[in-house]
Amino acid sequence: MKRLIIVVVGALSTISVMAAAQSAPKRFGIGTPATPEQIAALDIDVRPDGTGLPAGSGTARDGAGVYTQKCAACHGANGEGGTADVLVGAEPKSSAPFGPEYERWRGTRPDVPFTIGNYWPYATTLFDYMRRAMPATAPGSLSADETYALVAWLLAKNEIIAESDMMNRETLPRVRMPARARFVPDNRRGGAEVK
Amino acid sequence: MKTKDRQPRGVTRRTALTTLSAAAALTLTPDLVSGQDAPPADTTNRWGRLPNTLGARSPAENPRRLPIPTSSRTPLQDLHGTITPSDLHYERHHGGVAVVDPATYRLTVHGMVDRPLIFTLQDLKRFPATTRTCFLECAGNYNGQREELTPQEICGLTSQSEWTGVMLSTVFNEVGARPRATWFLAEGQDAAVMTRSIPLKDAIGEAMLAYAQNGEALRPEQGYPVRLLLPGWEGNASVKWLRRIELADQPFMTREETSKYTDPLADGTARQFSLVIDARSVITSPSYPQTIQKGFVELRGIAWSGRGVIRRVEISTDGGRTWKPAALQQPVLPKALTCFRYAWQWDGRPTEIVSRAVDETGYVQPEMSAIQRVRGRRTRYHLNPVTGWTIGADGRVRFAVQRVRA
Repeated sequence: MKRLIIVVVGALSTISVMAAAQSAPKRFGIGTPATPEQIAALDIDVRPDGTGLPAGSGTARDGAGVYTQKCAACHGANGEGGTADVLVGAEPKSSAPFGPEYERWRGTRPDVPFTIGNYWPYATTLFDYMRRAMPATAPGSLSADETYALVAWLLAKNEIIAESDMMNRETLPRVRMPARARFVPDNRRGGAEVK
Repeated sequence: MKTKDRQPRGVTRRTALTTLSAAAALTLTPDLVSGQDAPPADTTNRWGRLPNTLGARSPAENPRRLPIPTSSRTPLQDLHGTITPSDLHYERHHGGVAVVDPATYRLTVHGMVDRPLIFTLQDLKRFPATTRTCFLECAGNYNGQREELTPQEICGLTSQSEWTGVMLSTVFNEVGARPRATWFLAEGQDAAVMTRSIPLKDAIGEAMLAYAQNGEALRPEQGYPVRLLLPGWEGNASVKWLRRIELADQPFMTREETSKYTDPLADGTARQFSLVIDARSVITSPSYPQTIQKGFVELRGIAWSGRGVIRRVEISTDGGRTWKPAALQQPVLPKALTCFRYAWQWDGRPTEIVSRAVDETGYVQPEMSAIQRVRGRRTRYHLNPVTGWTIGADGRVRFAVQRVRA
């Protein structure tokens, strides 16, 4: 038994020596510094405060033609949806398209779809998403002006801005979306309660 | 002792040649090479295929994913154990499968860091590596409209792999992540240029940059050459074809975390960043379209939780009136598919078999009605209802639609 203990202790001390010998460096010196130009070439994201929005501008009137040409085939002539998502729908203006207020508003009418007007919490997301991923036939091909114009067209169709409102890096972050206040953080933490 | 057992262990050129000429003498060259011939009546009177460079499934086995334009589902009912063969791992992408050249691949990490850096694939492989087994599940993994549904159709957007890569914390240490950075953006280089904001503190303990899956490089549809891997979280957050990570002090509010992947709740609010997958289970055998025989039936299935280990799986063979524990296959790993089995004697009378998972937090997989009580009838994502199968007097197994109807 005593011999076994000695062997075990010996083995343990060997392991600890090995662990010390294997300790990783604080930094590995791996990777190449990224220059500001390299980062700028990739950094296309747009945040809710407008960070990342480029120069350029457009109104809903400018956007109508772009929409017809590049979006309508999948999203419908007026954003009513088709093979791709419904985009336009200002109702219900008094609530989200779900919940008790919505059920009272709806009564016996059919459900309304989830849209930019009743569900998207941030207008900047429209710019970010369309510039990176739309149109599906040529993702990433929209110019800044085209994107601003399409954002303006969609916001006007959803009755959030006026037809003549100019969208640019200053005005777009100031657009307040109807659904903004409805979003809450995740409150699930496990445990017995279903949330 | 047989003669061949006394041969020296090393195969000499001469013995190799002798073996090959012996094979040639069998004059079965085509199927020796391809191995694709139909099984002969007697497999012992001629040689089989010789060793080759790449294996293939038995022609008798034909598991397939079930594709639609935006996703494909794992054939859960055809699998055993917990590892999903890489070519059967579910797919969900938003701009098709990007084809990325590993030689020109670059990952740029910038934002609130001391040293913005660009990493090649080789760079990432030089860092200390780590391996872990965990599930991935799409946030929209529920389908339950009719009785004629297989496990693959109901919840086949769940799969499991053994992943290898570098811990994200190692890379964040290398770039000098600043203490004020609380979120990071993960961006892919697919046609969707997929982006998600990830809460740094919640993710950093287990997040990996994975470059390998089940012992080999990632499959293209799993993000080759590098993907983010967030064990236990909705699959969309584990961004594939990862090209850029930007550290920040706020979420970016991308489309996929605002208009999509959010949970409308019964009170009129919408839950955002509901990233952790709640516990779930499904009986994969017997299941539709099987027919069972009276007598012994082993109920088999998988259970999983994004919050840790599965504590137990309970089985009801009387439509949910009484519950008994299933046996769990060890080892039970956290945030991993866990096999459960239950020995059952079917008496031939119509009934319903149901499973429900309980995880280490005490969370019990709920009935659909309980989910809809708190989330309302228009909830769309993160559905994990208790799932059952009806057994007819004829032994036919069908999905128990009535359990999950609103």
